[in-house]
Formats: sequence, C-alpha cells, structure tokens
Amino acid sequence: MSTNGKVNSEVGSLKVKIGLAQMLKGGVIMDVVTPEQAVIAETAGAVAVMALERVPADIRADGGVARMSDPGMIREIIASVSIPVMAKARIGHFVEAQILEAIGVDYIDESEVLTPADEEHHIYKHNFKVPFVCGCRNLGEALRRIGEGAAMIRTKGEAGTGDVVEAVRHARTVFGEIRRLQLMPDEELMTFAKQIGAPYALVKETKELGRLPVVNFAAGGIATPADAALMMQIGVDGVFVGSGIFKSGDPALRARAIVQATTHYNNPEILAKISENLGEPMVGISAKSLPDNEQLAVRGW
Amino acid sequence: MAQEHAQNLPIPQSQIYNQKLSMKIGVLALQGAFIEHISILRRLGAEAVEVRLPLDLVGLDGLIIPGGESTTIGKLAVMYDLMEPLQTFAQTKPLWGTCAGMIFMAKDIGMDQPLLGVMDIAVERNAFGRQVDSFEIDLDIPAFHNNGQAKGTSLYHAIFIRAPKLVAVRGNAAVIATLPDGTAVAARQGTMLVTSFHPELTDDTRFHQYFLEMVAETAKERG
Repeated sequence: MSTNGKVNSEVGSLKVKIGLAQMLKGGVIMDVVTPEQAVIAETAGAVAVMALERVPADIRADGGVARMSDPGMIREIIASVSIPVMAKARIGHFVEAQILEAIGVDYIDESEVLTPADEEHHIYKHNFKVPFVCGCRNLGEALRRIGEGAAMIRTKGEAGTGDVVEAVRHARTVFGEIRRLQLMPDEELMTFAKQIGAPYALVKETKELGRLPVVNFAAGGIATPADAALMMQIGVDGVFVGSGIFKSGDPALRARAIVQATTHYNNPEILAKISENLGEPMVGISAKSLPDNEQLAVRGW
Repeated sequence: MAQEHAQNLPIPQSQIYNQKLSMKIGVLALQGAFIEHISILRRLGAEAVEVRLPLDLVGLDGLIIPGGESTTIGKLAVMYDLMEPLQTFAQTKPLWGTCAGMIFMAKDIGMDQPLLGVMDIAVERNAFGRQVDSFEIDLDIPAFHNNGQAKGTSLYHAIFIRAPKLVAVRGNAAVIATLPDGTAVAARQGTMLVTSFHPELTDDTRFHQYFLEMVAETAKERG
C-alpha cells in the first residue's frame, strides 16, 4: 500500500474505492460518447458519466470487436465535466485498465459490453488504485468479482436493448439469494459458498450485512423514468443508463427525468409528472428475441 | 478484508443502542450517502428521517447534507423548491454538510452551480485531485481533546474522497480541523458545521456526537 507522504495516510485504499461508490448512490450514471453529451448529462444531474466511443445499442448494431475507447477522447470528456468519469475495459484486459488508470479515470467498468479479452479470468483489481465496477447476474458472480477487488457491482441486465426485463431478473436473483442466505443456519454457508462458487468469507459477510458488501447499481435496458424507479424499488442503490438517454428523442429532457425518478422513486405523483411529454424513448429490441451469440450478459466467469 | 468492508455499510440492527434522545434529525436524501448518516444517528439514539421535499423539514431539530455529487444535489434542490426553505432552516437550526454538503453550504466555490451560500467559506472542489488521489489519514481535532479519552487518543481517522478543501474561512466561521500541511478541512460558524471528509463512512461517531451536542445546545437556547 502506498502513502502520499502524510502521516498515517493511505491513497487508493479499498475504503476510498468503495466510498466513492457510496457517494454515487441514489444517482444516475450515463453513457456519453462526446464532451457535448457529457455536459448535457452533468447539466441534467448525472452523478457520473461513462465515457465510450459507441453506446451499447451501436456496438450491437455494428458488430465486430468492441475495445477500450481512445484515451484521447476519454481525456476530452474528463476535461469537460466536474463529475466523476468512468470508462470501460474489456473483461480480463488488465493493460487497458492500466491505461485508463494512467489517464485519471475515476472508475473502471470491466464490462461484458466490450468483447472479452480473457474467457477464463477477470482482472485482479486489488492491484489498482483506481476502483472497479463489475457486472453480475447472480450472487456468486457478484462475490467472485468483489473477491477479485471490485469496489462496486452492477447487475448486468441486457445492455443496448432498452428492455428492462433482464435487469429485473438479475436484481431479483441477487436479492433473492441474499434473502435466502439470511435465513440459512451457519453450518450451511460453506456448502452454499461452494454451490454458488463464491468466497466463503464474503458469503458470511453478506449474510451478516443482509446486502452485498459493496454498492450495487442496476444496468442494462433502463430506458424510462419508470424503469429507473422500478429498479430502485426492487432495492438497487442507483442506476446506469446506457443507450436509453442519447438514443431517445430528447436526451436532455429524458436525462433530467430519469435523475428525478431515481431520487423520488417512491413517489408515484412525482413519477407521473416527470414521465409526461418526454418524446420518443429509444426504439429497443426485446431481449428475448436475441439469438444466444448476441447476448452480452452471459460474458463473465 | 471482511472487516474493512463491514465498516463501510449500514450497522446491523443488533448493534443499535437502546438509549433514546429526544431529537429529530433530517438527512437530505436527494442523492448520496444519506443512509450511512441515518444509521449512525439512530445508533446514537436520535430519530433520523430522509428529507426530499420542503414539507419534510417540518419539526426537525437539525439537518445533515451528506456526501454525494454536489452538482446533482444542487440541481435537485432547485427543481423541488428546497433552496429557500433550507436557507431559512439554517438561520435557526443546526446544519452540517459533509463533502458535497460543505460545497453546497459555501458562499463561494469559483464554479457555476446551485449553492445555498449560507456559510462564510470559500471552497475548492476536487482540491486533492481525481479518485486515484483519494486518501484516508489520521487528524488531530482540538475539539475532541476532552472527548473520547477512553480510547486514549484524540486522533480522528478521516476519509477523503475526491474531496474539497476550505480555501477561505471568513467572518464568524472558524477552522476546526487541518491536515498536517495546514490545509483547512473542517469549520464551524455558530450552528453550522462543515467537513471535507466523511464521518459517515467510519465507525467513529465523535463528529455525529459533536453535531448532536450542537443541536441540543440550540434547542436549549430556544427554550
């Protein structure tokens, strides 16, 4: 562990990594592809932006290999806003992560939306000072990522579809498994850890806390204020909105509405008001209609 | 690692103290780490509630503005007509801002974003760098020299995350904590308190107790 020359001081500790995610709670993290979009997101009240070259809907449409974005373009976005900037590295591509850390990105998303660089291993995230967020579809996957050093989790959903069904499935799966774990006597924990392929210590800690040991956002398919509020009521700490904003008819208006919906998620009168006259949502594709080889959520091991 | 995680999260129900204090504290819940503040307040025996709309301020003895993104909190406060009610609240009741809350309470931050402007301080946002520069450090807090002696130390372990710093403390406002290099990171002005760092992310409850004492004093003066 490094120090910054101050007394009893530590930089980039697990606590400050998890702590930044705690500061993002109750907020919306928006995908942006230009500095102009980043400013629109910040003006709408986003808590952070995800800088990338193509939103997931375009990655889907274009096909081919999706990689880390141009560092020059990420730097321009960093320079254009005062809120934290996140960027995506391919699963297992620790050199892309080193590059993103070097340019001062605030959070790295080791993301299934990009084409995986390693089909067996994820990045060893404890080696970095920059914190990581990783996707999951269930409790075992979440705790494996936390074991590797992820300081924040997002349920994956199915990115670039505008269909919230997979986000709901993954969040319900994680919360359902935690509820089951809380009722489990201690002698059953080791076998449960073995069954879900998760580190025992983290299974035990999750039981004691009654929640994941790090902040848990929802992602993948959120396209409306009602979608965001749905995920918040199901129990996530905040939401990522990828294609849902800048693939819609009026991005600034929709972004502002989704920010408000994430704060006032429990107030149907406010939700009704902010959902009015938002213009066209992103067109979307039903997650069910996707052939197996076009599903992104299954990437991750 | 397990313990390091646990300190960051809501305190299990079993650890909540049984004592009750007769004060009701609001935590601004527009965005950010409001649940962490509420957990500590409840653990200390205070009643704690989430504040999202002006009506939620009624009947409160004090208010905490948590860490989060100051731009987001400011914009939501404007959209839901909270600016004036919060400024009025600050005139008579104790108010404490941590990190984003400190920025929001400042008169001057040198950037264009909604501010309550209730405290005579100038603040610089992200003053220590980006997230990779976020740090934790032990601070010597003079106000705690007579408290917390049971632990045999007054050192306070402070968590700084993309933190702001105080660049000017004017009028009746006074610095109450500095880094070893002299940088001002906490201040008090009458019934207002600000900290650059996050007492809501630690198990050390001294700053929350300090604030609750401010609330108790203010209530006593009001009679």
